Amino acid sequence: MRPGDRIFKNLTTGAGVFVVALIGLIGLFLLVQAIPALKADKASFLFSRTWSTNDPTNMSFGILDLLQVTIATSLVALIIAMPVSLGIALFLTQYAPKRLARAFAYIIDLLAAVPSIIFGLWGILVLAPAIEPFSKWINETFSWIPIFAPGNVAPSLRGTIFTAGVVLAVMLLPIITSLTREVFERTPTQHIEGALALGATRWEVIRTTVLPFGKAGYIGASMLGLGRALGETIALAVILLIPVGRFFDWSVFDGGATFASKIAANYSEFNNPTSAGAYIAAGLVLFLLTFLVNFAARAIIAEKKGD
Amino acid sequence: MTTSTSLSAPITTPAFQQVSLARKAKNGVATVLIWLSFLIAVVPLVWVLYTVVVNGIKRIPYSNWWTEDLGSVLSDEVGGGVLNAIVGTLLQSFVCALIAVPLGLLVAIYLVEYGRGTRLAKVTTFMVDILSGVPSIVAALFIYALWITTFGLPRSAFAVSLALVLLMVPVVVRSSEEMLRIVPDDLREASYALGVPKWKTIVKIVLPTALSGIIGGVMMALARVMGETAPLLVLVGYSAFVNFDIFKGEMASLPLLMNNERVTNTMSPGSVGFDRIWGAALTLVIIIALINLLATVISRLVAPKKK
Repeated sequence: MRPGDRIFKNLTTGAGVFVVALIGLIGLFLLVQAIPALKADKASFLFSRTWSTNDPTNMSFGILDLLQVTIATSLVALIIAMPVSLGIALFLTQYAPKRLARAFAYIIDLLAAVPSIIFGLWGILVLAPAIEPFSKWINETFSWIPIFAPGNVAPSLRGTIFTAGVVLAVMLLPIITSLTREVFERTPTQHIEGALALGATRWEVIRTTVLPFGKAGYIGASMLGLGRALGETIALAVILLIPVGRFFDWSVFDGGATFASKIAANYSEFNNPTSAGAYIAAGLVLFLLTFLVNFAARAIIAEKKGD
Repeated sequence: MTTSTSLSAPITTPAFQQVSLARKAKNGVATVLIWLSFLIAVVPLVWVLYTVVVNGIKRIPYSNWWTEDLGSVLSDEVGGGVLNAIVGTLLQSFVCALIAVPLGLLVAIYLVEYGRGTRLAKVTTFMVDILSGVPSIVAALFIYALWITTFGLPRSAFAVSLALVLLMVPVVVRSSEEMLRIVPDDLREASYALGVPKWKTIVKIVLPTALSGIIGGVMMALARVMGETAPLLVLVGYSAFVNFDIFKGEMASLPLLMNNERVTNTMSPGSVGFDRIWGAALTLVIIIALINLLATVISRLVAPKKK
């Protein structure tokens, strides 16, 4: 092998190995930095809701509240985004005129280009007041159902998990749609033509060919969306109100902080390694959570794509 | 024995039946819902852009918006500009691209030219996917743990750039890989047949052929990291003055300036903070749009000549 070839091959392979190692390094560095803080933790890290890290010599913090709020916002977002993305993917692959389909797909992709801080500001300053009457109606009519009960930031109905979930759903649309669309496009033409030959209506064609074929891809794409939702930071930090002395109580009209928004909102506490370590520990849990979700999602998608 | 009975209708029903009303109704409902879901996605996009333009347009047309920083105005005083933030945004993303583009490109070359079908390549592809799902706040915490606590270096714009590298690399790898893959093998084989070493074939034949697509992908990735906010919060402080030193001192950027205004100023419509925050949002959107536009133009210019 010529020296030029050897150098180039090693260089590119090295870059590949570096990227693989990077994931391990992220986990390792977060873990190493989190351990001293975890040792100094006077509360149960997994089952406590308190978060007091100002004094490095007397820290008690737990992630239960963060975990619950993170999952609640992500679930609200997914419940809204999943059906809509499915509709969009079907629209782009089956309904839109072929000529316009690309332009329409571009419009959906544009949603992904909007910075999340702009989504956050729009969410709290424009969307939240606009949907407040609707939130109020749900809150008052269904308050006997725990998830619609008055929240811990009442009387405000703006900076709630509900508002955050709606904004997050908008941000998830392009992510879930683009992968689902890719899988739907691969539906074998024979299946579709077979269904058509049997006299199926357009919807029946979709129900009997496109949906069964694309189901796994759609689920994988939704899980990628979930991974994105769990880690979304600034939009949620802007929108969610922090309740005073109260915690998540299973209502979508609660406020609170997710893992990511908690870390982002308290960057000023990153002045000593121990306090910072508490946030790094929370970040580590978030990293593991998104890692697992993404891992599962990619495994499902890779199986479907077969490459 | 046969009996002849007269039938008023054929024993078997006709092969072609009218589509029943119920099936028609189902099809109709599905069509409406699917069109509706696309329109639902367009609403927030138009709404967000409308909000940004209408609220942001007030300050943008003045030349001092683009040529002055906020160092000499009080936080609630009309005037000044966002040059400090524009400089920061461009500088940080430029430094990020300087590291992320070569790294990402090398990984893509490895995956397409050297690793094809090997186990390491599969692992690398998977890890790139996982990396693309790492939340930006986790990337920021990793750089914090590495750069600031482990190496003991100060918070700086360079640390921000490093965190952005983690977010940009997977996007660059993905898009470049796709572009390298569509370079026809005939070109490579023709080059080998002339006795050109592999690395030279890659540098002189494969890369130039794929260049237009690669540049397009890189610019899109750049536009995406420019809107990131989470790493900025953790890794650098806000400064109202223009700062060109990426290794020392605080540095503003458009998302950071927006966050700073949000925290320090009142957000009632028409207030100084309100105009400034939406002005910065519009500036960011304009820069992102310009980069996307530039991406299209450059890819057209360097596209291989046909015939």
